[in-house]
Amino acid sequence: MKTASRLEKILESGTFAVTSECGPPRGADPQVIREKGELLKGSVDAINVTDNQTSVVRMSSIAACVILKEMGFEPIVQMTTRDRNRIALQSDLLGAAALGMNNLLCLSGDHQSFGDHPTSKNVYDIDSIQLIQTVHRMREEGKFINGEEIKTPPKFFIGAAANPFADPFAIRVPRLAKKAAAGVDFVQTQCIYNMDKFREWMKGIVDRGLHEKVKILAGVTPMKSVGMARYMKKSVPGMDVPDEIIQRLKDAGKGNAAKEGVKMCVEQMQELREMEGVAGVHIMAIEWEEKVPEMVKDAGLLPRPEG
Amino acid sequence: MIIGHRKPLEEILQMVEPFDKIALIGCKGCVAVCAAGGEKEVGILASALRLARKKDGREIEIKEVTLERQCDPEYIEEIEGFVHDYQAVLSIACGVGVQYMAERYKEIPALPGLNTDFMGGSEEQGVWVEKCQGCGNCVLHLTGGICPITRCSKSLLNGPCGGSSGGMCEINPEIACGWQLIVDRLESLGLLEKVYEQIMPYKDWTTSRDGGPRKIVREDMRE
Repeated sequence: MKTASRLEKILESGTFAVTSECGPPRGADPQVIREKGELLKGSVDAINVTDNQTSVVRMSSIAACVILKEMGFEPIVQMTTRDRNRIALQSDLLGAAALGMNNLLCLSGDHQSFGDHPTSKNVYDIDSIQLIQTVHRMREEGKFINGEEIKTPPKFFIGAAANPFADPFAIRVPRLAKKAAAGVDFVQTQCIYNMDKFREWMKGIVDRGLHEKVKILAGVTPMKSVGMARYMKKSVPGMDVPDEIIQRLKDAGKGNAAKEGVKMCVEQMQELREMEGVAGVHIMAIEWEEKVPEMVKDAGLLPRPEG
Repeated sequence: MIIGHRKPLEEILQMVEPFDKIALIGCKGCVAVCAAGGEKEVGILASALRLARKKDGREIEIKEVTLERQCDPEYIEEIEGFVHDYQAVLSIACGVGVQYMAERYKEIPALPGLNTDFMGGSEEQGVWVEKCQGCGNCVLHLTGGICPITRCSKSLLNGPCGGSSGGMCEINPEIACGWQLIVDRLESLGLLEKVYEQIMPYKDWTTSRDGGPRKIVREDMRE
């Protein structure tokens, strides 16, 4: 074991892992996080907290993760390189470790033009791959970016995102190889709807043996409605929603689309569990956390390991 | 070259509002090439200002001059003979030219008639695009001749991000994804496999804006 992470322990044991995420509130009320966490109790192994996702100002990921930790969860801190330079990033890494965080997901972050402060400046002093390198070097060599020694280095289980559906497809497998070379331990993928394309990507990963270096958690998001599916297809960059998905939700009939969406997600998790190289699922039930326990149960993924 | 575009007339009128006598100075350099601040644009802007002020019942006297360049003290000197007769200089050079005016003629307000946008070039008639951010440490030999700092919206050195879709950037369907361009180019050079998986190291930004205002001293050229 490289870290004290419960997620690492579960993945190393070969157990099919289940992670989920909580979007923190746009306010200072800790109760919102506690309530979201409550819904996930006993159903997941670790919970991501997003870092100002879609560039909308929210409670900080580290703070919300501490609240979840107090509830007994294993949090995954998300950190983007959009808002902080290497000084602030390293400072927050030290702080997160001091607060008992064991998992760190390295991201470049959505461009600020999508968010609620589109007139702001972005930073991008370093990128997500360089952040992986930074966290890895801190853990393995006990050094800052500048090469100086850290007295008590943070030891994170290092994550990243992977989007098998973005372009250019030709470099999607090499891109994971690059993240692996930088020192990533696990990746959570973009929401998968196009299973054929995902399978093709996974085959590329397995052919290169990358799944042995990096634990792949397949991302899923249940569709709530036909409208949501259409929106994701049309307006969310890097999202691949095949027409059959929309058709199936339509065919379910009025009032039944949400139920069908959940059912599809469960089927998907069952299929992913059998797929070579997939080490777990990452359920992003956007503002629909209450559905997670039911889906995990129906997918046959309960009980979750103790510990 | 440096690409700029004229500020809205309303904004310029507001700037010159306190004055009745101004010198409108164009530049025959980059901003003339991109049709924003050359001789022709000096004439157009002067007419527009005169007309608007006349309509307001407060006529304005405008001296129209276009200098060879405004980024060189030698040419700035050329207006010394008459500029003191005017209450303000409205420069439609880039921001460099405006500052040269301000530095040389300390008692006369220097007003910017353009917004200076970027270093770039012409793509087609009437279209200019950004190509370089002047980071002071060129990596084009490593990225197929396409600049990731400028052409990727996040300046990623190890791109593309997950928002690259159909060759376009997630922030605007009309902006090409810089990393798609880099990947395509490396592929056509037969370098993709060799180059793509090498991790680009942390960038030293001291040569960029982050290191403070920059200066180049060529001892071999100094007198």
